[in-house]
Amino acid sequence: MNLFAEKKILTVSQLTSLVRGVLEENFEHVWVEGEVSNLSSPSSGHLYFTLKDGGAALRCVMFRGSVKALRFRPADGMKLIVRGRLTVYDQRGDYQLLTEYMEPQGVGALQLAFQQLKERLGKEGLFAEELKKPLPLLPRTIGIVTSPTGAAVHDMLNVLARRHAGLHILIAPVKVQGEGAAAEIAAAIKDLNLYPGVDVIIVGRGGGSIEDLWAFNEEVVARAIFASRVPVVSAVGHEVDFTIADFVADLRAPTPSAAAELVVASKAQLVADCTGLERRLRLAMGQRLATARGGVLLAQRSLKGPELVITRLWQRVDELTQRGDAAVGQSLAHFRHELRHRQTLLQHNAPLYRIRSLRERLAHLELRGSGAVGKALGACRAGLSERVARLESLSPLAVLGRGFVVVEKLPARRIVKSIRQLKPGDRLRLRLSDGVTTCCVETVSAQELEMLDSPSPRG
Amino acid sequence: MAAEKFETSLKKLEDAVNRLESGELPLEDSLKVFEEGIKHAAICSRKLNEAEKRVELLVKQRDGSFVREEFIADDDL
Repeated sequence: MNLFAEKKILTVSQLTSLVRGVLEENFEHVWVEGEVSNLSSPSSGHLYFTLKDGGAALRCVMFRGSVKALRFRPADGMKLIVRGRLTVYDQRGDYQLLTEYMEPQGVGALQLAFQQLKERLGKEGLFAEELKKPLPLLPRTIGIVTSPTGAAVHDMLNVLARRHAGLHILIAPVKVQGEGAAAEIAAAIKDLNLYPGVDVIIVGRGGGSIEDLWAFNEEVVARAIFASRVPVVSAVGHEVDFTIADFVADLRAPTPSAAAELVVASKAQLVADCTGLERRLRLAMGQRLATARGGVLLAQRSLKGPELVITRLWQRVDELTQRGDAAVGQSLAHFRHELRHRQTLLQHNAPLYRIRSLRERLAHLELRGSGAVGKALGACRAGLSERVARLESLSPLAVLGRGFVVVEKLPARRIVKSIRQLKPGDRLRLRLSDGVTTCCVETVSAQELEMLDSPSPRG
Repeated sequence: MAAEKFETSLKKLEDAVNRLESGELPLEDSLKVFEEGIKHAAICSRKLNEAEKRVELLVKQRDGSFVREEFIADDDL
């Protein structure tokens, strides 16, 4: 490189390009450890972060393809070991590590991934005990999701055949490790759910490294097991191996063989259970019948000499009848007496009776009333005639009968006693014994007394 | 009655035994319970003896339907 030999002027781009060349050539494959900070993962799917330690910081980028291959999720503060190559981001003049692979420092990447997924699904409730389904006691059809070639499927078939000869076993063949295994396992679980009549599903494989078993730690498998309507037994690897599938499954078996044993209770055992129950049933019925028979015998014994019993019963009936009759007679008499008493009371207070007595009283009063009035009237009449006679004898009118006239001057009708009260033209009212007339005065003259007896002047 | 599950029949058999063993049933009811128990004992026994020994592979077709094939064990393993 003769850049420094002569004074050659470079553009920024040229220099940057040169630097990039140098970096990319010499740091093509580096491993770096540090702590993650400023992590960002935009929707593009790429990952941007800074790795740092006490003294320095390094910008890093990881492209989407590599991010997808990651089994754990990096986070700020996490200590990582990353592998990549250095390059320069021309526009900013920054150098950065183009990260191709990363793993957590301390624990393995798979271990971390396992823990992260377990925590997440646990929080979501996929491991909840109360959602776990019970296994059927006598499954008719058993679905097995496993590799059709391998020790696991043989172990399971052996155990199943030994415990119960008459089973229908449906194997959904899948890849149990490597690319696409998880997706195949999940799909097979769904298929067995769609297939009618499957009572229980075993999902599993034989032992292997954590990488080998990894498909059973994938989220897609966990979700398929959780969604399964048919109970799922997980049987992955050896006893010590725990997978996410084990946590989600309705039952975890330590090995495939153990799963087969758990799924099918020994036929011999079931037969023994049933026959035992049937024996107890017959025994209990026998005892029940014996008790009943004993009761009948006892009754028969006490029925010895039925005639005596019947006689005694008749006697009892008679006695009771008599006592009953007497009691009935007594109460009848009492009631009859009561009735009579009430009738009398009723009659005396009956409205008809009262009305009659009231009417009688009224007639009596009327009678008395009319007698008294008649007497009083008679007395009054007698008094009246006497008084009238006396009055008549005193009346001036009586004189009129003898020809006298009472003269009254009109209009005041003042009785005329002297001629001096009169003058010609006065109008007079003359009362005779049997009527009244009026007349007019023509002349007025004082006369002698002897004229008194002569007829009154004309008019 | 064929639709009855083995568990159901076993449970009914157990119930019948327990009721009968309690000894509190009238004779009439005892006989009914006994008959019921015997019936379920027979169902259980029949279900246990139903032989349907088949081992098959469930193979999914491209159109999503299923085909069952006989499973031939690989005896090399």
